[in-house]
Amino acid sequence: MTDKARIKFNLNGEPAEVAFAPHKTLLEVLREDLGLTGTKHGCELGECGTCTILVDGRAVLSCLMLGLDAEGHDVKTVEGMADGAELHPLQDTFANLGAAQCGYCSPGFLLVAEELLKKNPRPTRDEIKEALSGNLCRCTGYIKIYEAVELAAARMRGEEMQLPEEAVYGLK
Amino acid sequence: MSKKTSKNGDLNVVGKPFRKVDARAKCVGQTKFADDIFLPRMLYCKMLRSHEPHALIKKIDTSKAEKLPGVIAILTGKELPIPYGILPVSQDEHALCIDKVRFIGDPVAAVAAVDEDVAFDAMNLIVVEYVRLNTISTIEEALLIEEPRIHEYGDGGNVHKKVSLEFGDVQQGFRDADLIREDTFFYEGNTHLPMEQHAAVAHFDADGKLTLWSSTQTPHYVHRALAKVLEMPASHIRVIATPNGGGFGGKSDPFNHEIVVAKLAIMTGRPVKVTLTREEVFYCHRGRHPVLMKVKTGVKKNGAITGMHFQSFLDGGAYGSYGVASTFYTGALQTVTYDVPRYKFEGVRCFTNKPPCGPKRGHGTPQPRYALEVHLDKIAEQLKLDPVEIRRQHLVKPNSLTANYLRIGSMGLGTCIDKVVKGSDWKNKFSGWDRPNRKLPEGKGIGIACSSYICGAGLPIYWNSMPQSGVQLRLDRQGGVCVMCGSIDIGQGSDSILAYIVAEVLGIDPFDIRVVTADTDLTPVDLGSYSSRVTLMTGNAAIQAAERARELLVIAVAEKLGVPIENLSLAERRVFDVENPETGVSFAEAVVLAESKFGTIGTVGSYSPPPSPGKYKGAGVGPSPAYSYSASVAEVDVDSATGIVTVERIWIAHDIGKSINPMLVMGQVEGSVYMGLGEILMEEMTYRTNRNVVHKFPSMLEYKSPTTMEMCDVKTYLIEDADPNGPFGAKEVGQGPLLPVPPAVANAVYDAVGVRIDEVPITPEKVLKALREKARGRDPRYGPLSVPTVSWPEPLKVLTPAEGGDGKEMPRVAVHS
Repeated sequence: MTDKARIKFNLNGEPAEVAFAPHKTLLEVLREDLGLTGTKHGCELGECGTCTILVDGRAVLSCLMLGLDAEGHDVKTVEGMADGAELHPLQDTFANLGAAQCGYCSPGFLLVAEELLKKNPRPTRDEIKEALSGNLCRCTGYIKIYEAVELAAARMRGEEMQLPEEAVYGLK
Repeated sequence: MSKKTSKNGDLNVVGKPFRKVDARAKCVGQTKFADDIFLPRMLYCKMLRSHEPHALIKKIDTSKAEKLPGVIAILTGKELPIPYGILPVSQDEHALCIDKVRFIGDPVAAVAAVDEDVAFDAMNLIVVEYVRLNTISTIEEALLIEEPRIHEYGDGGNVHKKVSLEFGDVQQGFRDADLIREDTFFYEGNTHLPMEQHAAVAHFDADGKLTLWSSTQTPHYVHRALAKVLEMPASHIRVIATPNGGGFGGKSDPFNHEIVVAKLAIMTGRPVKVTLTREEVFYCHRGRHPVLMKVKTGVKKNGAITGMHFQSFLDGGAYGSYGVASTFYTGALQTVTYDVPRYKFEGVRCFTNKPPCGPKRGHGTPQPRYALEVHLDKIAEQLKLDPVEIRRQHLVKPNSLTANYLRIGSMGLGTCIDKVVKGSDWKNKFSGWDRPNRKLPEGKGIGIACSSYICGAGLPIYWNSMPQSGVQLRLDRQGGVCVMCGSIDIGQGSDSILAYIVAEVLGIDPFDIRVVTADTDLTPVDLGSYSSRVTLMTGNAAIQAAERARELLVIAVAEKLGVPIENLSLAERRVFDVENPETGVSFAEAVVLAESKFGTIGTVGSYSPPPSPGKYKGAGVGPSPAYSYSASVAEVDVDSATGIVTVERIWIAHDIGKSINPMLVMGQVEGSVYMGLGEILMEEMTYRTNRNVVHKFPSMLEYKSPTTMEMCDVKTYLIEDADPNGPFGAKEVGQGPLLPVPPAVANAVYDAVGVRIDEVPITPEKVLKALREKARGRDPRYGPLSVPTVSWPEPLKVLTPAEGGDGKEMPRVAVHS
């Protein structure tokens, strides 16, 4: 077995230090060496978007990034999205609207959506689709995810927004 | 089944869009999936898989692997000699192959090592000597080539199963017809592609008890398989199904990797984990069977069906899995949408050297539904009938019995059709087969299709007369309620359904309830998340358990308050007198009163489906307590230069009976539409059909599935026509709404450019080929031209209910007289 490497970085707003086998991806380091299993994996080949995290605010596939490359950077995982006990508006709307069915792809979608809303607080439906196009979800057909992003965006802008009844009850 | 609720009859929880009870955990990264489990001293398992599609195992040399530092144990098939399989009739799998491999990906040996890297290196040091056998790669080859046999059982050669059933005299049906039409179709296989790769962790403790955590949809069946293969009493085994990161049917079989880690944990005394790679998930498969189909239907001039003969040819892959049931399912539900007075079904399932097929969302019914709905469209054109009317005018009646003895209860398909026809503005878009005078521009098209699905299989997988679902409730003196059930949440919300229903009956908030599920030590048996059975069966069991608890509470409270029992209502966390609402006690006080009077409060409920009226051999597949119905209209754009089909919008109406939670129902409808869209446009499990039978693309990048860019707009209607067998009237929604989508799109493609694509998926290549045929003045069609010749067994004949039948097969002698 190889000697462990050691890095220091900022993880979910706190300084972190971790030792790990140097060939490990950041995905593996987060899950196996730091115990942050909120970040999921669906292919480990950069194909599905499930392992997306934010590095310096930018959405990155953690399965394609070496742990060593996190040295000195700001890393944010789904565990770091909430503000204390208060969920991030995206987490709240994903939960409330059924945007998370099995929930396995949700962390990746949430972080991509967080990046989108930071850059574009008022995205159109097409812009949301474009931003989320690198993430696969097999449960929802994406529709409840769009609705959750739109509702969270409105709330983050301080606007009152109600979902149309048809999104919850269907058309009359 | 009683549906008593609060005294005033209003529903406080059912029908409301509550968030799921586990939704927040999933959005903050707290939900523990199987691969999220890390135990002290845990070992990692890797399985060596065959790179030969069909071969005898001559020798397995593990000596080099054993010497690698960090390797703790190596396992080969001879240490697990007992076969298993999901169906009692197909016990044809071994956890590790013993003398033969049957497809590329079949596991041969397993390693447990201190980390995943060492396990991987050790796996690659194992040397297997094979003697290659000729391969069987297609349905046609399997029917033609008897030797070598992939299995030593079945209906001869490489035929796994042949079935032949005839309900009424189908020839008479054809004689009564004004038009007889015959069509052939092919539906390519595809896979579930759950985002979560299968994973399992096993732990064998010092007191001799085994625990397995696994991403399985059927912990009860895994429990049975482990007891059998490991030769351990089931009482010493605990199976905990972790929340599934997507299932769709792909985690419904007991799997080799589950048995392997259990065995390795016993051997090493240490926890052992296995997590499949995405490539291995493709090899696990158990997905949609490729099915070749021929359908022959006699109709009157008005489109009324007089008789139907349906044949299916299934490519089963290398093992039995659910295949016998899948075969029957390709013939079972043709009769539950439109009236089919006489019906004959012949089906054959073949073994091939490919990953085994099994149940995927809609299990065995999307293929024949696609064939039937496109076939009906062609009949409508031939008779110059509106494709809406040919369906709408001949619907099966509610509370009726079909020719093959399926008991129909509520039936909302007519309303479903009306909704999507109106919503899509069908009348102003469909041109009535009049191509020169089209209402939509050339290249734009609209199509309709309908479907139905079971709400739970009427019979369990292994024969028994026990309930299919059990629920246990525990009320504690602090007012806490715990609901325990063997069901497993695969994302559809089954944990939440339990909480909503119990909360409704007991008048408390669903978030007050603790839900414990899918743990064979703690929860009563539920058969699992398959066949769209969970809401109906666990829901009814939960109502029974909750009503029994409610009864204890009201007896105790009535005594305390001195009011008649029937005056008491449970709502808003109180038990109170409806005539005098301020007279009452809190829910917690009610539990204290009940516990003081009766002792510790625990109740149980269970559910068994009603007996099926069909008594013939083969009648076990198709019966259900209720049937859901769906209708769909698709609007497409077809680019005749590239052949690319873009689905612009789907209108779908689903007869849900009653939504326990409409928001979750909407999610299931939208997800089903999505999966149907993937199947019709792009998803396919395909192999190089030379001797090697290599999967063309076992990766998520190349196995094309819809992203946000391909997903269409969906307009959903929920039709609520309560079914007497459903909890609060509820029917299924997890699978049914997938079914009409592929044929609706296929019919819309025809409307758009005048070519029939009788093979799923409708890829640009197929569209272009058909357009070329059309341009040359030939049959504007892409699809199979014929079906293989099969010596079908003499059909088992059953008189239909209309002919005075009793549901039993006729004696063979009488058949020939």
